[in-house]
Amino acid sequence: MNEVKPMRLRIFFHKNEAMRFTGHLDLHKTWERIFRRAGLPLAYSQGFHPQPRLNLACALPLGFTSQGEVLDAWLEASLLLENVQAELAKSAPPGITIDKIDEMDLKVPALQTQVYSSEYEITFLTPVPELDQKLDEILAAKSLPRQRRDRSYDLKPLIEDLQRLPDTEEGFGRILTRLAAREGATGRPEELIDALGLIPSQARVHRTRLFFAEL
Amino acid sequence: MFTLLLSPEEIRRRLEIILPTVQKPGRYTGGEINQVVKDWQTTLTKVAFVFPDLYDIGMSNLGLAILYELLNQRTDTLAERAYMPWADMEEAMRKAQVPLYSLETKHPLAGFDIVGFSLPYETIYTNTLNALDLAGIPLLSQERTVDHPLVIAGGHAAFNPEPMHAFIDAFVIGEGEEVIQEIVNVHQDWRKLGAPRQALLQALSRLDGVYVPALYSAHYCPDGTFSHLEKLFEDAPLPVVKRIVPVLPPPPTHFIVPYIETVHNRIPVEIMRGCTRGCRFCHAGMINRPVRERPVEEVVQTIEQALKNTGFEEIGLLSLSSSDYTHILELVKAVSAHFSGKHLGISLPSLRIETFSVELMDALKESRHGGFTLAPEAASERMREIINKPVSTENLLETARAIYSRGWTTIKLYFMIGHPSETLEDVQAIADLCKTVLAEGRKVIGRRARLNAGVSTFVPKPHTPFQWVPCDTVDQILAKQKILKHTLRDRDIKLTWTHPEETLLEAWLSRGDRRLAEVIYQAWKRGAKFDAWQEHFSYTAWLEAFEAVGLDTTFYTHRPRLIDEAFPWDHISTGVRKKYLAQDYLSSLQGQTRLDCREQCFACGILPAFAEMRTQHPGDLWKCPEVTPKASRGLPGLQPLVLPGVGSETVKI
Repeated sequence: MNEVKPMRLRIFFHKNEAMRFTGHLDLHKTWERIFRRAGLPLAYSQGFHPQPRLNLACALPLGFTSQGEVLDAWLEASLLLENVQAELAKSAPPGITIDKIDEMDLKVPALQTQVYSSEYEITFLTPVPELDQKLDEILAAKSLPRQRRDRSYDLKPLIEDLQRLPDTEEGFGRILTRLAAREGATGRPEELIDALGLIPSQARVHRTRLFFAEL
Repeated sequence: MFTLLLSPEEIRRRLEIILPTVQKPGRYTGGEINQVVKDWQTTLTKVAFVFPDLYDIGMSNLGLAILYELLNQRTDTLAERAYMPWADMEEAMRKAQVPLYSLETKHPLAGFDIVGFSLPYETIYTNTLNALDLAGIPLLSQERTVDHPLVIAGGHAAFNPEPMHAFIDAFVIGEGEEVIQEIVNVHQDWRKLGAPRQALLQALSRLDGVYVPALYSAHYCPDGTFSHLEKLFEDAPLPVVKRIVPVLPPPPTHFIVPYIETVHNRIPVEIMRGCTRGCRFCHAGMINRPVRERPVEEVVQTIEQALKNTGFEEIGLLSLSSSDYTHILELVKAVSAHFSGKHLGISLPSLRIETFSVELMDALKESRHGGFTLAPEAASERMREIINKPVSTENLLETARAIYSRGWTTIKLYFMIGHPSETLEDVQAIADLCKTVLAEGRKVIGRRARLNAGVSTFVPKPHTPFQWVPCDTVDQILAKQKILKHTLRDRDIKLTWTHPEETLLEAWLSRGDRRLAEVIYQAWKRGAKFDAWQEHFSYTAWLEAFEAVGLDTTFYTHRPRLIDEAFPWDHISTGVRKKYLAQDYLSSLQGQTRLDCREQCFACGILPAFAEMRTQHPGDLWKCPEVTPKASRGLPGLQPLVLPGVGSETVKI
């Protein structure tokens, strides 16, 4: 009998409006169901509670949309990539759009260990007076001491880039920022918004891309 | 509260600001796979189905899933969904003036032609009022005009519609698959005519299984008991006979797949409707007659199709009593042959207490977690005879041994306290039985054995043999629960129970009359909502409501009812005759049990009520005897029944 060779897929996808409020675990479940609908043989872990072999690169906070999500998935058998792409595209719910799928070497390091920063586009849904000045203050600050869950940390070194984008058609202010996304050093957009003196729930955050050490 | 209908765009704009501020906003967005979105402008009839509890609960409701799929198959009709927002979302919506809207297109509910509520249990009534209020639809049927949606309701609780009569324009009694289509047709005809609202109500009352409360008035005796219902419209039916489908229609397969965790996140497949066991406390067993089964083949095909459409990893094979499904072994074999090795969870609830059930589950389950559930309902043999659920304790213990020895570590046992004539010894027997079962488990698997005992309190339900029975008082319930809590102190036993106040509420509303409508309204005014949720349930609000209306709570709960008392729900016919229920109640008091009615027909009344239907659908489809065609009948009035397998023997009904 021939040994069945597993297949590792790297899927680049968007998490759209419809799935904005689906959390990390539920997103996992959604992907498992996409594979099931597609009739593709998703691989499962061994043991008492087998889990589908799916790895999301970097959790996206609730309420954010994204065009830069990455997922690794393992199939039990090696299939024609074209067919896999076609089946997955057909089976994705309105909340997910697949950009592209690559076949990966089984041995490349886990996605999560490779992410180092994350880029976000933030749109303010209420008028923000003196946005430029606020941004300048953040950029000029030597440190931005903050508290999160009873722990103090400095937000400043986590901000790798911060710039203003042209306003939306409706006249809403927009910024683009790149924040660290390494283990133990994660910059959060809602913390940045708060540091700007604005209300996080009155802003739209969209992840534009993830940066990897090696991809 | 909102006079002008907001546009979906405006609702979306306001949600944008609200949603990030509430818990679990994924409940309020829609957009899931398999939701149906049709063109609003060009679709003639717009129906909103409302499950007046959280999305997390409502999404698991099979009834609405069936109707949603059926109506969306019509090209002239669209069906969308709405659920009740949790308190934080409701507050945010009211503050931002966002009316209750449909998940699919974010249209306000008030803009639909028909709003249909699912009423599976009574503790959802105040939420129904709250939903109407949040939708800006007048709460009272009589205050609605041609510009408001038609408000309909159905579900198990609708079999006593009277407490909700003031708020619902038309109730569907029984199964909705056919009549929902007829309601849409009647609505379309009425719209074409441009007739007044009353004409719509009258036309609806002509449909079989539809009850329009406004066409009747209720009368009471001087002692406060119900007297009779008077027709206000000549053509209104009295009684209103429930609607059934002769053959279970093709089951839905395009279930909406939630983006968030819900209560039952799975494919529900109804394998059988109705139950032949005749447990005397069981509402579902009485109102869902006759028993109709789905062929094994159809169940397997449905699962296959639904898996493709949804990708769910769990399947629930649903019925009131799985073991009684004629081809259960064949079904289990077919299901495991088709679907094993696919990392699917398959559940087969409501199994009989016998070792065969363990074999069935063994064949079906790839994993043993979650425990094995059995529902003896009572612990002493005397009580089991009274409720007509005869199981011997020896049988139960043997089953328990089989469960523990086949790899399950947890057994869940369901009981009820408060059955008629129950004594404290009968309650003690529950505790003793639990300990014995656990002891059996320890013999087999040692200290790994666990037992969960769920002990709820019996609520006498209309249309059952126990509809005459008084409900236990709070003191009685507490005394019984004390025994259980005291005896079942063991780190391997988990005891759960129902708070007596919640039981009372269910009891008032279950057997209430039209006067309860005012109580529900007053309770809602005092903030009652989500009554089924402990964190929301306000007993005080209900007591104040009763007082405000001048009604006595004990009249509805603790009063013994005379065997010939007229009941406020007598005009709703389930097909099972009141005389039959009374006989069964009296036999119960004498400790007489009745067999499974597949073995012998007891002439409950369901066959004469649906004789014509049965004649047109003979054979094995129904588990009732066949009815001989009219032409070959003897004397008029006597409808001989031929029992299957008994040759020429007939019974009179």
